[in-house]
Amino acid sequence: MTQVTSGPAILVEGLTKSFGEVRALRGIDLSVPRGTVLGVLGPNGAGKTTAVRILTTLLLPDGGRALVEGRDVVRDAAAVRRSIGLSGQSAAIQEELTGRENLEIVGRLYHLSRSTSRSRAVELLDQFDLGDAADRTAKTYSGGMQRRLDLAASLVGRPQVLFLDEPTTGLDPRSRLGMWEIIRSLVAGGTTLLLTTQYLDEADELADEIVVIDHGQVIAAGTSEDLKGRVGGDVIEFTVPDRDRLSDAVVAVSGIGEGEPHVDKETGVINVRVGGRGSDALIDAVRDLDASGVLTHGLALRRPSLDDVFMALTGHAAEEEEPGGRRRGRRRGRKDPAKAAAQ
Amino acid sequence: MTAVAARAGVPGTPASPSMFTQARWAVSDTLTITRRNLLVWMRVPAYIVFTVIQPVMFVLMFRYVFGGAIAVPNIPGGYVNFLMPGIIGQTAAFATFGTAIALAQELQKGVIDRLRSMPMARSAVLAGRLVADTARMTVTILIVIGVGYAVGFRFQNGVGPAILMVVLAVIFGVAICVIAAFTGLAIGDEESVQAFGLIWLFPITFLSSAFVPISTMPGWLQAFANNQPVTYVINTMRALALGGPVEANLWKSLVWLAGIFIVFSPLAVRAYKRAS
Repeated sequence: MTQVTSGPAILVEGLTKSFGEVRALRGIDLSVPRGTVLGVLGPNGAGKTTAVRILTTLLLPDGGRALVEGRDVVRDAAAVRRSIGLSGQSAAIQEELTGRENLEIVGRLYHLSRSTSRSRAVELLDQFDLGDAADRTAKTYSGGMQRRLDLAASLVGRPQVLFLDEPTTGLDPRSRLGMWEIIRSLVAGGTTLLLTTQYLDEADELADEIVVIDHGQVIAAGTSEDLKGRVGGDVIEFTVPDRDRLSDAVVAVSGIGEGEPHVDKETGVINVRVGGRGSDALIDAVRDLDASGVLTHGLALRRPSLDDVFMALTGHAAEEEEPGGRRRGRRRGRKDPAKAAAQ
Repeated sequence: MTAVAARAGVPGTPASPSMFTQARWAVSDTLTITRRNLLVWMRVPAYIVFTVIQPVMFVLMFRYVFGGAIAVPNIPGGYVNFLMPGIIGQTAAFATFGTAIALAQELQKGVIDRLRSMPMARSAVLAGRLVADTARMTVTILIVIGVGYAVGFRFQNGVGPAILMVVLAVIFGVAICVIAAFTGLAIGDEESVQAFGLIWLFPITFLSSAFVPISTMPGWLQAFANNQPVTYVINTMRALALGGPVEANLWKSLVWLAGIFIVFSPLAVRAYKRAS
């Protein structure tokens, strides 16, 4: 990994792609400096996977251009493939083979010698805590282990640029934290990483820079702090345990915030953006809710999270399924660790 | 095996390998994929059942259940000798179920995406699939012949023609394999691929000379059965195994098989390139 070269590890300019009527990408621009992590954040169907597939040479763009390590992903696709690693949404491993066999075969396909493939497999299995399971077929692995094996496979060729497409989707919260740990250690080793996610806390946790995309367009970019600044101040949040009284609570607090309170009907959580009014607004909220007689839990003033950013930018929450949102491949369970962790 | 002579300006990115290196990689990648596919095949009991037990059951059923009711005058050794070339052809055709299903599965699971994002030879995924499936098919054919011998089948025409019959069966199987690869990649969903395989493979093998003399079918069916490639191939195989005129059917078979390769190889390659 040499630092001599100037220019970003990934450069994307005006990239467009349509699938029939659906405009998956409407001209996105990205620039990822070497050795940094870009979090591409967006709901299902926003165009994240399409962007990754173009950058990893799996799909041809309709317009614009994309360079990875200075190589054009269309004209110089073979060179791009020599410098990247890809780990997709599902574990792209051969379940009938053992963890070791999976990695050794990938090594051979990277044209490593037999012995190098073997030692690289051992090294990665140990690094990803799969040493004990090395000679079991991957079918017997847990979901988290399969994802780790998949990630290990993407690293066999020591890529300079790694693409992780929703690396923790469908994982339970514990496996998810484990995955974060691994990703952090990779980045510490100097790998450039582009990570897509629909989990805001994940982008917050791992990315140096965040790009928010929605409907195939970049709608915001910056550090997590920058983006939080966009919300402009604090948020009051509380839970209404009695769902029948949600609307009463909304009426009670609708006067204190900037804009409409956001209600999650499933969890009974209400958010109100209150700008710089902070503690004054909190006092108002307590008074108004008390007057309305609605029972609430956990009323508090907090700094804005990326969830609030997403609400402010798009008018809908990041994890809400979009009507007509295009979804590639199989549907996964609707498990949502971001929400689980927040409760 | 290092091709890391860095190009000026972009250190760390290996330079493009030479044509010779690329050709060598195409071969070694194909072998790697072949080995992987055979390893997978040996680990899945269902695959073994489909490729070994099912053909053996067909032999036994047709030999002992239907065989008694099917008259085949002019065939030395009776129905079992008539049957075996047909069963072998059908076995080769049905072995391609595995091709289509495996490719659809790999597509669905993202394995093909992973492979296509790697600096390996792009031809190797399809080539390795065909080589592995050809090996698998050949093993199955030999097993079926062994079982045939156990239930009374005998080649009547000498060793050379017998070997040619096996070769023709394998070439026929590979042709069907290319069609199956195309359908597997184009449809891309395991269950649909399986259903589609049933819809076309059963009719073309059963509405042929494989199991019964075509003269016993109704006239309209004879028109189809007499003029379709599976019949030409099976008739050629039968003539090679039991003796009789080979040439006319052989030419028709070869023209059909060549046609299948010419039409479906590019389609399969295109489906692979577009696979997503």
